Amino acid sequence: MSDAATSVPSAGGNLTRKQAALGLVCFSVLLTALQYAGLLPAWLHRLPETAVPNFALWLDAIFNFVKDDMGLLTLTRFLTGGLEWLLDASGNIFFGKRRWPNVGPIPWTALAAVAAVIGYYLGGWRLALLGGGTLVWTALIGQWEIAMQTMSVLAIAAPLAFVIGLSLGIAAWKYAWVDFVIKPVLSVLQTLPFFTYLLPAVIFFKVGPTAGAVATTIYAIPPMILMTTLGLQKVSPEVVEAGKMSGCSKFQMLRHVYLPSARTEILVGVNQVIMLCLAMVVLTAFIGMPGLGAKLLAMMGSFKLGRSFEIGVTIVLLAVMLDRMSKAWVVKQPEHFERGTPWWKRHQMLLLGAGLFVGFTLLSLVLPIAAEIGRKQDFSQGRELDAMIKGFLAIESVQAVTGFLRAFLNVKVLIPFRDFMLSLPTPAMIALVVAFAMALAGRKQALYALIFFSLVALSGWWDRAIITLYSVVSAVTLAALIGLPIAIVAARSQKWSVRVLLICDTAQTFPSFVYLIPAIMLFGITDIAVIFSILIFAMVPLMRYTIEGLRTVPPEMTEAADMSGATRMQKLWNVQLPLALPTMAIGFNQAIMFAFFMVIIAAFIGTQDLGQELQRTLAGTDLGKNFVLGICVSLMALTFDLTIMKWAADKKRALGLP
Amino acid sequence: MSTEAPVISCKNVWKIFGKNPETFLKSIDPGMSFDDIREAGYIAGVRDVSMDVHKGEMLVIMGLSGSGKSTLVRCFSRLHDITGGTIAVEGQDIMSLPEKELIDLRRSKMGMVFQSFGLLPHRTVLENVAFPLEMRGQDKHTRRERALEVVKLVGLEGREDYFPRELSGGQQQRVGIARSLAIEPDIWFLDEPFSALDPLIRKEMQDEFLRLQQLLNKTIVFITHDFDEALRLADRIAIMKDGAVEQCDTPDQIVLHPATEYVRKFTEDIDKARVVHAGVLADPKATGTGDPIDARTTVHAMARMLVNDQRELIPVTKAGSIIGAMPRQAALDILLGGEA
Repeated sequence: MSDAATSVPSAGGNLTRKQAALGLVCFSVLLTALQYAGLLPAWLHRLPETAVPNFALWLDAIFNFVKDDMGLLTLTRFLTGGLEWLLDASGNIFFGKRRWPNVGPIPWTALAAVAAVIGYYLGGWRLALLGGGTLVWTALIGQWEIAMQTMSVLAIAAPLAFVIGLSLGIAAWKYAWVDFVIKPVLSVLQTLPFFTYLLPAVIFFKVGPTAGAVATTIYAIPPMILMTTLGLQKVSPEVVEAGKMSGCSKFQMLRHVYLPSARTEILVGVNQVIMLCLAMVVLTAFIGMPGLGAKLLAMMGSFKLGRSFEIGVTIVLLAVMLDRMSKAWVVKQPEHFERGTPWWKRHQMLLLGAGLFVGFTLLSLVLPIAAEIGRKQDFSQGRELDAMIKGFLAIESVQAVTGFLRAFLNVKVLIPFRDFMLSLPTPAMIALVVAFAMALAGRKQALYALIFFSLVALSGWWDRAIITLYSVVSAVTLAALIGLPIAIVAARSQKWSVRVLLICDTAQTFPSFVYLIPAIMLFGITDIAVIFSILIFAMVPLMRYTIEGLRTVPPEMTEAADMSGATRMQKLWNVQLPLALPTMAIGFNQAIMFAFFMVIIAAFIGTQDLGQELQRTLAGTDLGKNFVLGICVSLMALTFDLTIMKWAADKKRALGLP
Repeated sequence: MSTEAPVISCKNVWKIFGKNPETFLKSIDPGMSFDDIREAGYIAGVRDVSMDVHKGEMLVIMGLSGSGKSTLVRCFSRLHDITGGTIAVEGQDIMSLPEKELIDLRRSKMGMVFQSFGLLPHRTVLENVAFPLEMRGQDKHTRRERALEVVKLVGLEGREDYFPRELSGGQQQRVGIARSLAIEPDIWFLDEPFSALDPLIRKEMQDEFLRLQQLLNKTIVFITHDFDEALRLADRIAIMKDGAVEQCDTPDQIVLHPATEYVRKFTEDIDKARVVHAGVLADPKATGTGDPIDARTTVHAMARMLVNDQRELIPVTKAGSIIGAMPRQAALDILLGGEA
């Protein structure tokens, strides 16, 4: 009864929605046809320069007002003092910066031993090997100092992001108005390109580690807030009531009931904080943060592929180590000891770690190699690797393949596509995007698309924005063409699903910067390398969610299809894919978000899009322009995010999936 | 029992969920049914309930899911604020208590057991049991002593250092019971404590519960959706439907004289002989001859005697003195289902 009542108007709504979308498409086709016929007035093709409001100038004025007249700069410079002191202290401990407390650097052997013990405590021998092995590798390959420069910032930024995220998460959970304010800010923050974090950090917190730490911290806060709120909301009402009946005061409730019960979500948040911090701290090389990122940037810049590769491996190992360890911590449950277990047995891991730490520290006093691996003592094979890679690329057949790909994709596909997108009149392009939002999601999302893309047009960076969009669209399309078939095939068997998922999960922990290495290796510094790096980066979520979607199709349904005599293909097309589609859409969405993120980083290779301009602003103090560019990217990303997520949610509800 | 003031006394209690329950309650028409209220966009959790709980009594609130029984008991402890009416606990209107005094009341007088246990997953058995004591600021040594004592009482000795996830459902609920008893409450709320357990364990836990009650003699409000459980445990049963109490009486009376059609349907399939006692059937004006029987004997227990004995009236004794005589035919009717 109620079903029939609701389905009738919604069917009617669908019809008009589709008609509206179709109308918009026709409108843009018409405009484009006029443009090609040379009949379209120039002001309809592109917004004339004179009509572009100078947002950058206005923003600059606002920033200057906030910065100087309201005294924000004095405040942040004051905060800088405290942060700088913390960074110096951790710098001293990790790599021997000559500052208080003047104890460091900790010998690499001692740290590696502690990492192995922590790994063993959290997840047995495998994690012990991963923890100890990663640090041993880092030391032996001769990257200990730069790695520790990176870790010393991480050691400050991650706890800071954790504390701030946790507090804001609690506040958002407790007070509806905080939640109301924070929600939109978070969704913008999560789509804002990282370059936009960097410049304000530089201006308010000076160039170098301090600004890097601030940008890193801010970047890592949003997921912590979300996970905290989620965890607190999920605490079972009976546990809450049990707390109340035990006579907890409000603070006792939070401290003893809510926070411990939300442990899992909070620790997942910690995992995300650590991973985002690592990804960002590598990227802060762009604003002069020393460490792995800076070294990688320098090596790639001078095309030293062997060394780049080695640094890439270090970064990946560190990422995997931190990820696995923090994830193991999430699932680690407290264990009880039998009565009468002696004290040393209860704390044996702690004692072992401390013992090894002291032991290796003492050893390093007599054996210098245990403290630090000198310049000529490392096992770096940079030059040899370099020669190998270059030799491999010089092999005729390899060169033929990459050369063909480069030529074919560039000449036949990418450049024509880009030129076509650029040739579209601005209103036609906007109409297409609005039609897309209208058809998939509805009026509200279409309105957002209209506003967001109109703002991009008004910003005066339309052509560059379109090039950005072109990179994203072509990379995601290629990623789908390659990734979807692999995922569909893998999803057929349990074994391969697990394997591919494991690869995807691992790949997802890599800091995005690392993806540039194979792209540059294979394609040099070209457009194709940009597309290629985005492509592999975007393929990860696509494959992951496709497999997940296909594997979680309820078995009754596939069995029903089998019993109806469906062939494999019929089953795939008629049962599995339709049911997996909402989940796959989430993967698509993530792929697009990742692509927007990566396209900006790829500016490093040399592109002509917004990222390039953004990167340029870093050199100066163009805060206004930096923000305009960043917000352009954010607005385009948000349009897709809102539309696709709404579609996925609608579809899920319609299919009755959880 | 009835001469003392009731421990919990509630009058015309309403609990309405929705946007503006207070204003809605003022506009409410007394004859409005549950469905009428839902039509208006509100859910009536508790509808105009008045009842008393006496000292040392075990009141079982019984009803199907969604009948408002859990809501009602949460109103007693002010886990829910009521929309209308008054609830007095030991003469004190709990709705007027400031937060601090409410917390004190819970810390000193009330204990509650939950359907899915509500244990804190990060604390050991002992720490869970000691939790209420910790909250009221008792020092570590005394709360440990007390917690060990209660853990022993519920039969979990030797598992003090286990974590909840390492225990079976029945054991977890023993922890829940121990925790609710740790502060030596006067009033004990149990919200479907055994519903999440397997039938065999459930029986065992009911026995355990009766044993504890004999030891401690608390005032108890017990919630269940299982009529057999209610009959087994209750001094009085309140049957709820759509937020209202349909009937609140002793098990015998509910079985013998159901107040509404709904209650009658509930009691239909019950073996009345196992519920009704001699004392209820005794006519105080009549006098019998021969050997008396105890008032607490169920009809089922005296079945053989009823069939073999030829007396019309059998005297009934309560605490050693004769309170009247039971017509044998009445007892036989209950045993055999009356004349059909």
